[in-house]
Order: sequence, then structure tokens, then C-alpha cells
Amino acid sequence: MTVTEDRPAAEIGQARRRKEDQRLITGRTKWTDNLTLPGMLHLAMVRSPVAHGTITSIDVEEAKASPGVIAVITGRDIADEQGSLPCAWPITEDQLAPPHPSIAVDTVNFAGEIVACIVARTAAQAKDAVELVDVEYDDLPVVLDMAAAAEGGDLTHPDLGTNVSATWVFDSAEAGTGTNVEDAIQAGEIIIERTYRQQRLIPAFMEPRSIVVDPTGEQTTMWSATQIPHILKLMLALTCGISESKLRVIAPDVGGGFGGKLQVTPEEVITLVVSRRLGRPCKYTETRSESILAAHHGRDQIQHLTLSANRDGTVTGLKVELLADMGAYLGLVTPGVPILGAFMYNSIYKFPAYRFVCKNIFTNKAWTDAYRGAGRPEATFAIERIMDELAAEVGVDPMEIRERNWIKPEEFPFSTVAGMEYDTGNYEAATDKAKQLFGYDELRAEQQRRRESGDPVQLGIGVSTFTEMCGLAPSRVLGALSYAAGGWEHATVRMLPSGKVEVLTGTSPHGQGHETAWSQIVADRLGVPFDDVEVLHGDTQIAARGLDSYGSRSLVVGGMAVVAAADKVIEKAKPIAAHLLEADVDDLEFEAGKFGVRGTDASIGIGELAFAVFSAHNMPEGVEPSLDAEATYDPVNFSFPHGTHLCAVEVDTETGEAKIRDYTCVDDVGKVINPLIVEGQVHGGLVQGIAQALFEEALYDDSGTLVTGSFVDYLVPSAADMPHFTTDRTESPSTTNALGVKGVGEAGTIASTPAVVNAIVDALRHLGINDIEMPCTPHRVWSAIQSRSSGEETPAQSQNVADSGLPSHNVTVSEGPADGGDGADPNVGRADSTSTGSETNGGAA
Amino acid sequence: MRITTTVNNERHEVDDVWEGESLLYMLRERMGLPGSKNACEQGECGSCTVYLDGVAACACLIAAGQAEGRDIVTVEGLAEGDDLHPVQQAFLDAGAVQCGFCTPGLIVATHDLLARDPRPEDSQIRESLAGNLCRCTGYEKIIDAVKLAAGRMASTSAGGGA
Repeated sequence: MTVTEDRPAAEIGQARRRKEDQRLITGRTKWTDNLTLPGMLHLAMVRSPVAHGTITSIDVEEAKASPGVIAVITGRDIADEQGSLPCAWPITEDQLAPPHPSIAVDTVNFAGEIVACIVARTAAQAKDAVELVDVEYDDLPVVLDMAAAAEGGDLTHPDLGTNVSATWVFDSAEAGTGTNVEDAIQAGEIIIERTYRQQRLIPAFMEPRSIVVDPTGEQTTMWSATQIPHILKLMLALTCGISESKLRVIAPDVGGGFGGKLQVTPEEVITLVVSRRLGRPCKYTETRSESILAAHHGRDQIQHLTLSANRDGTVTGLKVELLADMGAYLGLVTPGVPILGAFMYNSIYKFPAYRFVCKNIFTNKAWTDAYRGAGRPEATFAIERIMDELAAEVGVDPMEIRERNWIKPEEFPFSTVAGMEYDTGNYEAATDKAKQLFGYDELRAEQQRRRESGDPVQLGIGVSTFTEMCGLAPSRVLGALSYAAGGWEHATVRMLPSGKVEVLTGTSPHGQGHETAWSQIVADRLGVPFDDVEVLHGDTQIAARGLDSYGSRSLVVGGMAVVAAADKVIEKAKPIAAHLLEADVDDLEFEAGKFGVRGTDASIGIGELAFAVFSAHNMPEGVEPSLDAEATYDPVNFSFPHGTHLCAVEVDTETGEAKIRDYTCVDDVGKVINPLIVEGQVHGGLVQGIAQALFEEALYDDSGTLVTGSFVDYLVPSAADMPHFTTDRTESPSTTNALGVKGVGEAGTIASTPAVVNAIVDALRHLGINDIEMPCTPHRVWSAIQSRSSGEETPAQSQNVADSGLPSHNVTVSEGPADGGDGADPNVGRADSTSTGSETNGGAA
Repeated sequence: MRITTTVNNERHEVDDVWEGESLLYMLRERMGLPGSKNACEQGECGSCTVYLDGVAACACLIAAGQAEGRDIVTVEGLAEGDDLHPVQQAFLDAGAVQCGFCTPGLIVATHDLLARDPRPEDSQIRESLAGNLCRCTGYEKIIDAVKLAAGRMASTSAGGGA
């Protein structure tokens, strides 16, 4: 504990302009693809057009003879060196996983998988030779439908004997965190069952992945556009059998990630292995189409929820049965993504009983893994959607149903039914503020007017109250969840002789502004000017220890490591300052960068002290001449940001177009270091969540070919597609870290998707529509409206649960909106059941 | 082939340009100007936006050979020495940059927009920048930056005329 904690925070809370921006706006950045080394060769990948097949022959002769080509490498050529790409998260002891070679050796399991690598003098020569490699395949049955795959039939990996990788269960009765959910469902006065689909998404970071490897020194150096240089270094060493001390990984400026660069990729392994084999620097930069095709995808889950409630809308139990599409392989944290959601389905509510069962399924598609929010957006979407359904069933405003169930401010800290300990929060305060900014009551009145007048443009109001778990993660919790690594973070603070400060952080920013925010933290802590702090990161030889950036962990965990290291500097400086001031250590106080002797004018600044320690002419006996300190911080708990998001959507019932008119959110992310950065994180998150609701979907055709293979087909929103956002904050500081911060990287994405879809459904509920599958395209919305107005029955109504591959349920009422004859959208208006308890439970009761 | 072109007010002669090469490749790989980014190479994202004879265009869709005798301006040519262009300064001040990969393209596109329309409305800004994808910012602070730059440039030119 140091005196600085009581000092007014001068830097923290200021909207400092970012230190990073000067280089980014002038084009003087160091992106991996900008790098050219002497004698550097270029790689291009030959990728399988086949989703599932046995490789019967690969003819590389013509490619080898192509101008500039140095080598053509097949999987067989490097079978001994490439190892198997790592999965760090075996969620169960009996989890099944196929070997994952970087270059396929015998079989290909998704379209886009690498089957050979061209090495040439120029990138263009390498790409030209790709076309000349002749690969023959024997087709195998293609597994694309996760629900069908879960039931058996054709196998993605015949050697595994099943398409189910693992089944993971959390049960509140077994865990002792709540009661038995089946009892709750038996006794429920209202039972609502719903199936929601999280479509497959593509992270679509703007900077394509790029890798340069230089094997010419004593160490091999890799530059990679990665979120995880430290994890990558360790994993490359383990995967390829290279001594960890012979590898250095550098993540220079990295252009976005969103989880998509939280991976150990085939391309990284191949570039490393090939470069070392040839003894020449090599570069690989993917094309956008390759990135969309073969960088890991996200989401892709089918969620079946059964919610029981009393007639007044008090929820008594929630059961979640989840299917999660892994794609063809398990990536670094693929199996754990749905598990991260398991702790969030109960969200901000006081559910007494909860059960979560997740089946992870293999299909012949690109593998999925973390994408912004990773598990938590899926959970938040499902619970916020079904709470709206409960509101409709009870006949109250969606906000009212939330208020009846949420944790009240005075009930914190709160132990949840999923076993989490929420430290702080104030859902009422955030909601009140959001409703006021949004004009909730006025918009409801307008909605009523439009309904009554039969306006072809209907207004819908969507509510999403959310919380999430950030600050991944207490190492003991990760251990309990079978994750291979810990969740600590590391920092070093160096006092330079001139009084400047170098901060080394183990976090690895790729757009989040750590250089700025960490400088603000250290400036306050050490009482030095903001501009005197230099933050270094993303190089395993400079910031040697770290666990990188993902899961909204950087500030909550990495920022706290910086605080701990800075505090150690002060502690180290104290006896030296006392010695130089000829005072007792106990009489010293540290304030605004100076050690002073209480009751006197004597003082010495920390910069002055740094030079005295550098010269080391007059040190106290037995004290080392260094103020530098490092710290490793392991969080004691997750942090739980929350907020209330409100969305007003105008739905043109004649065209099906859903247009966001207003979007207001009030987020509580605890203490804010830099409001400019926080606002930007919220805005960007909102757009990614809204994009899932309205635009984005990775689609495969029946043969397993990705048909959304470019930005023409995969609709990343532009400025013209997005509304203005009204954002504000409330502040309930976290009590589990000294900064009081909670994390903000994923909040917008997690909260916004259900706000938008709830608004669209709200606009159409009076027409009998209770769901639109995402993305809610005009065609889907229009089809739902048409089928309701014509009253036609569709196959979708009889498919429902039985065809989802999930355990069957008592489905007594099928009243969902119908398909409208759109063959491409079999799940539009999926029939679900809503009924009161005695009817639903029928024989069981 | 040899290409003679003016880039950022400097005359350049570039040798060994291949016929299939894009202007973007020539700028980045042969001329040491990596500010323009290759993010899609399909003209869909705008990260490579440059001026070709005063017209903003995607450098990935222009053959290097088409630059012969033409005048190119890239993001590197907007600042004067260490003095940022008002558009760049506005992006910095408004917090309109996150990962920054798309930013040079957006700055050139904004520069172009304000040259054509010094005081655009929000909707015009959004439409004008619709060809420049950004995955980080949600566009909100980019819109702020455009308006900030417009305001500053208008007051500067008004001050200069007085």
C-alpha cells in the first residue's frame, strides 16, 4: 500500500489523445507485411477446394519448374516437423480431437485447408505457381449440419467414430449453487421453450494475417500479426519441437483481432518450418479471401432453452441445451468458447435453478474459435431473447420482467446460480439512465400510435440488459476448467537515469490503446509526466513474460500488473530516498512523484532518485543500485461489467427492411482510465453486435464451399449502414482490483445483438411473430410477415426441436411464424412452444 | 517496364514494373510508401485509397502502368513535414483511430470529401465514406473527426480570407 492511492488521480479519467495515433495517421507504422529482409522468400498456400476427401496424389513438378519457384512443400515433406496444431483447452477428460497438421497429409477436412506450400522469390511468382499444383482427391461424405452430425450418420473424422468431441455439463444442483432445474420445470406455472441459432461469423479484422520468419541468427525470429506473441512462442516451440529459448516472436503493429488472431495458425507453423528448413527469411501474407475462408470463424451454435417461471414472471429455472459447431478441428481455445457462455446464461438475474449441457460437434467447415465476446454474446442473446418472450407471456413490458428478476443493488456481492461471485453492479441505475436518454416512454407511446393506425412502418423497441465476465482470468478457475495455462499478467517498470520510465507489458494490443492507458496509470502511480512514460509490448525478447490480449483482460489483469510493478518501484526507492535525505523510512511520504520527509521541506523527486541510483555513488548498505521492478498479477476474481442497451427499430412491413432509428446504451465498466478509448471500444463493439443481428453470416453451399468468400458477400457494415449511438456510463467500481476497472472490449458486442433482434420482434409481435433468425435480412423479415398474414403452415413448424438434434421436449403449441417458402432459410420463424405449465407438462405433471 | 510518375509532388522513375502489378503494389513494395494498405485487393474496403490525378481511388484496382505520367498523392503526402494535415489532426483529436490499419484510406477519403463538400451533413459523411470499411471504431468517432476537420478547415480558410 502506497501513499499514491490517496493522491488525486490526475491522469486516470482524462481523455488523453492516443500515443499510438501519430504513426498510424501518417502511414509510418510497422505492420508485419511492411517488413522486407535481405534474401527473403515468399510463400503462397495451395488450398483444398474439397470439403472432405482423401488426398490420392499431389503432382508438384510443373509448379516446381515455374519461374522463381524455389520449393514446393507438401504435408508429407514436413510431416515430422510440423507436429499437430495445439488445442489448449480440453474441456473434458474424454474430449476427442483429430490430429491437426498444418499442411494436410492424408485427408482434407474443410474447403480451404492447406495441402501444399509454394516458396518463390516473389509473392506473385508464388501465387502463380499455386495454380500449377495438381492435387487429386477421393471425395468423402461432407458433414455440414451440426444438428444432424450430433445424431450420428456421416462422420467428419471417421477415426473418431463420432462427430461429438465432448459433452460438458453444469448443473446447479450438483454444483451446490442452486436447485434442480427439472423440479423447477415440473412445477413451473409458465414454461417457455425456444431454439435460437447463432449463425457462423467471420472476425474480419482489417489487417490480413501476415508472418515473416528470419532463421538466420542464433535465434529464429517470427513477426506475426497476432494477438498472442507469448502464447504463440510457447506453442510453436512445443508444436515444432524447437527450444523455446531459440524462438523470439514479435507482434509489431497489429491491425485488429477480435479473437481472430488468438490462434496458433497453420500458416505460422508452415512459415517457421519452411524458413528454418531453407535457412532463408520467408514471408507469408494472406489474401482477404484466404482470410475469410481459412482464418478461424466464430459463433455457430444452436441453443435450446427451457425456462420456467411463476405466473407473475419470476423465473424459477433455466435449462440450456447447446450444440456448438467446432468445424473440422479444435483450435487453441475452440472447445472452451461455449463453456465461457455457460456462466452467463443467468446474466443479471436471480435464477434459483440452472442446468447447462453443451455438445461440441465436428463438421467439415473451417474451425471456429474465439470471436469478440466468445461464448458470452451467445448466452446474452439467448437469455435476453427469451426474457422478452416471458414478458409477452406474462403480458408486461420487457423492462418490467427484467426488473422482477434482476439482482438489486443492495444484494451485491451476489453468488449466482452459475457459481460466479458478482462483486458490484447497479442495474437499476444504468437502466434508469438509459431509459431517460432514450425517451423510452415516449417511444412506447409512438409505437402504440403506429400500431393503432396500422402504419406500414412499425416501431419496435428492443431491450438488452446484460452482464459479462471479463478479466480472464483467475488461474485457479482456469485450472478448474481444464485450461492449460494460467490467467496472470506480467509487467516491468524501469526507471531510466534521465527520469523517464519504460513500462514493459505482457498484454499485446492491436488497436486498444495500451500505450496510452498504461502511460496514464503509471503517470499517476509514479507522479511522472504522461509523456515521460514509454510502453513497450509485443516482443517476447523485450516484454518476456505475458499472456497477451483477449477476453477483455488487458486492463483488468495487465493494468493491475503495471500497478503492482510501479508500486514495487516505489517500495524499492524508499530506503534509498531515506538514505539520501538522511531520514527514517517511516518518516517518508511519496506524493506527486516526490519522496518527502514529514514535517520538513526536504524531498527528492523520483527522477532525481533514478539518476542517483544509476550513478550508485551513495547507496545504503546492502541495497542494489536499481529501481526497476517487475510484477506478476493473478486476479482474484473475474470482473462483471454490465449495462442497459435500448434500440428503436423501424420495420417496413411492406419491404421487410429493419432500420435502426435510435440506439442508446449505458454501460458500467467500473472506473474509466481513458473515456475516449472506452467510448471507442463501445462503439466498435456495438457495430459488430449489430452486424450479427442484421448483416453478417458465413454461408456454405451443399458441397461445403464457403460462398461468402469476399467482402462483397460477407457484409461487414460501412458507415452508411450504421446509426448514431448515444452512449453514457454509470460507475460501480470493481472491488476485486485496486484500479476498480472491469473491462470494456467486448461489452458492446455482447449487448447489442439481442437489443436489435428484440426490437425487430417487438415491432412485429402484434402480427404473431415471435422470432426472426439472424441475420434479420429484409427477406427474412418480409417472409415472416407474409407467412403470418397468409396464415400458411410451413415445414419449419413441424421440424423444430426434433430436427435440431437436441433431446425432444414437450412441445404442445406450434405457433411460430412460418418460413414463407424460402428454401435457403429453413429456420426462419422456427416454431417454438409457449404455453402454461399444466398444458406443456401434460403427462409429466 | 519503367514507370515515370509523380508521387506526393516528387517525380519518380520505377524500373522492372510487371504488367500485372497494381499501383498499390508499386507504392508499397517499390517506392517505400506503405501507408496505403492492402486489406482486400478487391476494391471493397478502401484501405488503399489514394489520389490519382486528384480523384480518390482504390490503388489496388489501378494497374501500376496506369500511373505513367500521372500525379499520385498518398497518405504520406498529406502532412507537411511534421505538421499534420487538419484531417489527420482531427482523427487524432476525435479518437477516430483504433488499430489504424484502415485509417490512411479513411484519411484520404475524408480529405477528398471535404475538398468536394467543406461542410457535409452526417448522412453525406456516412454515404461518402461507405467505401471505406473500419472494423474497430463503429464509425462514430470517424464522423466526429470529419466534422471536426471540416470546422477547423472552414475557420482557417475564413481567417485566411479576412
